[in-house]
Amino acid sequence: MLVVNDAPTTLDLEPRVSLLDALREHLHLTGTKKGCNQGACGACTVLVDGRRVLACLTLAMQVEGREVTTIEGVGPHPLQAAFVRRDGLQCGYCTPGQICSAIGMVAEHRHGAASVVTDDVTTTPDLTPEEIRERMSGNLCRCGAYNGIVEAIVDTAPAMAEMAPALTPVPA
Amino acid sequence: MTTTTPAPAIRPAAPSRPRPHAPESGPWVGRPVDRRDGPTKTTGTATFSAEYQLPDLAHGWLVHAPIARARITAIDDAAARAHPGVLTVLSHLNTPRLKPSPARPSLLDMSTMVGGTRVDYLGTDEVFFDGQPVAVVVAESLEAAQYAASLVQVDYAPLPATIDFAAAAAAGRATPVKQSLGMPTLVGSVGDADAALGRAAHVVDLHFTTPGHNHNALEPHATTAVWDGDRVTVWDATQGIDWFRKHLALRFDVPVESVRVIAPFVGGGFGGKGSVWAGTLLTVLAARVTGRPVRMALSREAVNRVVGGRTPTRQRVALGADADGRLTSVIHEAVLRNSPVGGGPEQVVGASGDLYASPHVRLVTSMVTLDLVPNTFMRAPGESTGSFGLESAVDQLAHDLGVDPLELRLRNEPETSALHHRAFSHRRIRELLHVGAEAFGWADRTPGGRRDGSQLVGHGLALAYHPAWEFPANVTLLLRRDGTALLRCGFQEMGMGTATVQAQVVADALGIPFDAVHVDYGDSDLPIAPNAGGSTQSASIAAAVLRSAAKLRRAVSQLHQRPGESLAQTLTRVGRDVEVSVGSDVGVGAAATSVRFIATTLLNQRRWVRAASGAHFCEVRVDADTGEVRVTRWVGAFDIGTVLNAKTAASQLRGGIVMGLGLALTEETVVDGRTGRIMNAGLAEYHVPTHADVPHIDIHLLDDPDPTMPLGVLGAGEVGITGVGAAIANAVFDATGRRVTDLPLTLDRVAP
Ligand code: FES
Ligand code: FES
Repeated sequence: MLVVNDAPTTLDLEPRVSLLDALREHLHLTGTKKGCNQGACGACTVLVDGRRVLACLTLAMQVEGREVTTIEGVGPHPLQAAFVRRDGLQCGYCTPGQICSAIGMVAEHRHGAASVVTDDVTTTPDLTPEEIRERMSGNLCRCGAYNGIVEAIVDTAPAMAEMAPALTPVPA
Repeated sequence: MTTTTPAPAIRPAAPSRPRPHAPESGPWVGRPVDRRDGPTKTTGTATFSAEYQLPDLAHGWLVHAPIARARITAIDDAAARAHPGVLTVLSHLNTPRLKPSPARPSLLDMSTMVGGTRVDYLGTDEVFFDGQPVAVVVAESLEAAQYAASLVQVDYAPLPATIDFAAAAAAGRATPVKQSLGMPTLVGSVGDADAALGRAAHVVDLHFTTPGHNHNALEPHATTAVWDGDRVTVWDATQGIDWFRKHLALRFDVPVESVRVIAPFVGGGFGGKGSVWAGTLLTVLAARVTGRPVRMALSREAVNRVVGGRTPTRQRVALGADADGRLTSVIHEAVLRNSPVGGGPEQVVGASGDLYASPHVRLVTSMVTLDLVPNTFMRAPGESTGSFGLESAVDQLAHDLGVDPLELRLRNEPETSALHHRAFSHRRIRELLHVGAEAFGWADRTPGGRRDGSQLVGHGLALAYHPAWEFPANVTLLLRRDGTALLRCGFQEMGMGTATVQAQVVADALGIPFDAVHVDYGDSDLPIAPNAGGSTQSASIAAAVLRSAAKLRRAVSQLHQRPGESLAQTLTRVGRDVEVSVGSDVGVGAAATSVRFIATTLLNQRRWVRAASGAHFCEVRVDADTGEVRVTRWVGAFDIGTVLNAKTAASQLRGGIVMGLGLALTEETVVDGRTGRIMNAGLAEYHVPTHADVPHIDIHLLDDPDPTMPLGVLGAGEVGITGVGAAIANAVFDATGRRVTDLPLTLDRVAP
């Protein structure tokens, strides 16, 4: 039992099925992409209880009872329109992961997470393009649409911060 | 903006003014309209080839040979077959053979060139490269197929193999290639370049190496196939719907009409999806043998092992110049690699015959044959690596002469191409240098770099250059009485924004709003589109769109069109829809198109040099202690002829530059010289640029139509990557005084 895009969902799966394959192959939610299946590209990023997670490195069993939000469930979201306006995509294969990752990233930032380029980690820095680039670097775009992606996030960050859910502490 | 093909006349090389890009009215062509497929991609509703849901779908997984050359002596698949859910294990022991790939590819039928390798997969016991698929497991679930593939035991009798590129090249095993007609320049000579080099007042003579690269499009290759009797439907991640269709018909010995290929959306290709590789063939085969719909989505590792990548290169660039820095000799030699089962040369040296004036030029290309997966086209094949050699050498010459590298380039701007003495259809490199330098503030930099804390700051410049081509395209165009239009053409949307820009072209050509134009694409049931490759697709389809619009206008004018009446108004009044077609997909019409294409290509090549060009300006910061290079600023000024859509064109150019950052700094396919195994067949080990590596890239477009190309378009997909490696290496030289001639510019090569 888990909740996918607000819908309670029961899945009967063998234990080796990843969350990514559960979404794509079993629930036919193919908006979440598989670019590497080894945690290197970010194409499979989804939100679990509001935090960004790589679905390829997560077993479906691990999200028992949790809330999973995929690209199919985030919208309509202002970031989606901003991606189109800023041309933050070309082939579009990395796009769902970039969008979910950006939503999760803004939530993390709102809850005070620092990044490696943050000078003073006792304060929460502004989401400058430099901070965004650093925080989004787990999401590869082979088409090289990075400039447009960062612009889209800059445009939308204030609205996203308002929408960000309260994050519960990471379970130990 | 005219809507007919510009007359093929050479316009005087008057300086052109950059145009503003956001007119709110007037022509649709040029406007930065949003890409139409954007919303489907931002909502996850665009369907890629591994995502079609079919009842009873089975899953395939490849078993790869872990050896470069061998014969298979035994296959034990009992454990795999016994695994729950496994339907079958296919190997050369039990699988019907495919028809062979055409032995001699022909320009008349480009689909004959599209077999990625000549290996008879699952039809031979012979292994030609590490990673070659030797078996396919088909199972009810992805997990079962993948796990069972690990249970297949294959025994091999090794055969001698040649693997190491550097060693083979150093051992003199490279054979010179010959220039073939109609192909990009691989070989050529004018004057006596060696004698001129010997007499030159200044000489730069440098050797360069660049490694192999893999495309690593973010979508791994994937195929879904289902047979219905002798008819097959294939959803494939392909850059060439029509060529794939014909190739599959040939290999599976069915009529072309029996094969349908569907590919509306492709998750990046860059050349890697331009040929039919093992995954496509073996999925179609597995579906035929099992009688089930089969999907095979290759793992990232499998993509790297069964799909060829960019050839490594070894280059020599020797430049001779007089006391004023005018080139007297240009020598560019390149050694590349192919394989006994495929691959071929690429135009590493080609631009060296066009970019600068020189009375003496000698260009040579030679190949070594290695037992590795065959090399293939990757974004700007040849030009991307060749420009690293040439543009680094030019920078070194400027340094030796004490001349600004921008000034040195202006001094060597040619009247006609140095190698063939052909006219340029369009040459705007002076303007590009000025526009780029001004935007960058080139004149304000401190030549020789400066120190900022622990960082060494340097600036670099290099030219970008990519030949323009044009292929035949077929379309149908329908204008309805309600004022809407439908363009049908079997291209795929891979990130270039093709559907969007062609709708802009149609809107102008028919005088209707952009939103009134619908475009159908992504299916071999539609009229044939050219492969997406060589930056040709936009111009080629635009040419067909313009021809169809002209035909449509003639047809409407015969319907008693009244003066001052628009096409749509006439159709409304007479209550009719009109559809026209351009090009024929079959029979005599298709053959005539091929012949016409070859004749025009050869004629055009003899008449003039056509190319997109650009000037890159960049700033790097090099860590003085570690040698880490960060690119902090970028300006690119480009001449891509007419800009069809300022937004998508800039994105394509940026995308090329970003891939060039990878080429310069991090990308390298590492092959184990003993086994032939790619050691970094994954995105964790093969480092493509990510967000933090990419600064804002400032793009400037001249938007000046080429007078000889359809709509004046020169193509934007590849020119962006050319010159990037040199621009960064030149900036590193400026910052550190170290001329690095081997890519990528890793810490060990840059650090003091
Ligand atoms: S598919 Fe999960 S990170 Fe690449
Ligand atoms: S848009 Fe193609 S990988 Fe990002």
